[in-house]
Amino acid sequence: MSGDVSPLGLAASLVLVAVSLAISLRLKLRLERDVVVSVVRGLVQLLIVGAALKIIIDPKTPLVWSWLWVAGIVVFAAATIKRRAPAVPGLFWIGLVANAATAVVGFAVTFGLSIFPVEGRTLVPIAGMLIGNSMKSGIVAAERIVEALSEQRAEVEARLALGRPWTAASRPIVRSVLRAALSPQIENTKALGIVFLPGAMTGLILAGVDPIDAVLVQLALMYLILGGVVTTTVITALGAVRRLFTDDHRLVALPRSTRDTG
Amino acid sequence: MGDTAAVPAAPLFSFRSVSVGPSGARRLDGLDAQLPGDGLTVIAGPSGSGKSTLLRLCNRLEVPSEGTVLHRGTDVAERDPLELRREVAMVFQRPVTFAGTVLDNLREADPDCDERRGAELLERAGLAASFLRRDAGELSGGEAQRACLARSLATNPRVLLMDEPTSSLDAKASAVLEGLARQLVDDATPVVWVTHSEEQMRRLADHVLLLADGRVDRSGSAAEVLGER
Repeated sequence: MSGDVSPLGLAASLVLVAVSLAISLRLKLRLERDVVVSVVRGLVQLLIVGAALKIIIDPKTPLVWSWLWVAGIVVFAAATIKRRAPAVPGLFWIGLVANAATAVVGFAVTFGLSIFPVEGRTLVPIAGMLIGNSMKSGIVAAERIVEALSEQRAEVEARLALGRPWTAASRPIVRSVLRAALSPQIENTKALGIVFLPGAMTGLILAGVDPIDAVLVQLALMYLILGGVVTTTVITALGAVRRLFTDDHRLVALPRSTRDTG
Repeated sequence: MGDTAAVPAAPLFSFRSVSVGPSGARRLDGLDAQLPGDGLTVIAGPSGSGKSTLLRLCNRLEVPSEGTVLHRGTDVAERDPLELRREVAMVFQRPVTFAGTVLDNLREADPDCDERRGAELLERAGLAASFLRRDAGELSGGEAQRACLARSLATNPRVLLMDEPTSSLDAKASAVLEGLARQLVDDATPVVWVTHSEEQMRRLADHVLLLADGRVDRSGSAAEVLGER
């Protein structure tokens, strides 16, 4: 099979979307509008990205445009993390540092060790995959830190009241949140090839690349993603927990706190 | 720390024009009060009157929006909060035990706590030494609250704050805890006890501070205040 998908082929793939719509209608899930919006939005966004990438990966296009795109991905990912856990003061900046650190570490390994060449066709897709996956774990970490500190406020304050610093009072929660946020990516990596055939490899094979070459590319990416997920998650979780305690070791007011103030 | 204890005449805590919470939704509203330097002081009042908030100001789990809180004449804002909390210990409304054994819990407060020291602390809280090896999560409510008391005592506090510590306990366990608080007072550790129960206040109080709507309703010795009621 060649890697070319004709417009007719793309239209044919919508058959499964039609099946989803039929199921939603039959079961009265009221998801039809969301399904249609997501399909159309995905189509438009990817076509725009495709057109832009065509320009970016052109060897004649200056590399600075690729770097600017990467910067845009980092900023957008930080804004997304901030939006999902608004209770954390300054989370945008924490997310920015976390995603930028992931990009720096990822690129240092990728290009420093010559895994891929520094070109427009590698910079943007690698940044997208690296930060896209890391952002998801960062969001889970930020959301769960807020939830756990709110739900376990009594335990945290019991430790603070013993004269323990905020680092010690929050340590059990931070550990548990980091485990929860990191374990999906670790499980994904474990299930590679058995359950989970990742996107880059599948795409390369569909595009006619030798499967062994596709596997090597995918493995390099998966290891980078795992490192990126750990970097973003740890920086986001530690940054968020720091901002939820004051300098004098008090836990700030949080949504859904059940503390008695009688 | 040592110099503060050398001035026994200074009030245990002084609150000067203390407000907590945003304007229009004050939990404490321009409160002025003093807690005496010895004995057992009961802070009482209806739900929402600001009792727990007042107590939490004493060890800086909360800070005032306006006003000043003094401990033995020193502004608590000028104290190291961690040192202050070890000096001004707190037992909460619901017993909160940490994962692990009772001894593990004591070591959260005092990492050097060995079995002998642990047994002493449990004895002061009315529990047998055999509890040291018990899983803290499997204790009854009364046992857990006494384990929490022992844990609070592990920092060698000079003051003990107790925030409605018997509200989740049965009458027998409550009586045990009240007896333990009285014992601490007799051993020269002042206790500040928050309750909404008038009967408990009458049983326990040497001094009384009555709150209503975030302000002081009445305060003084138990004989003065309760004699008027």
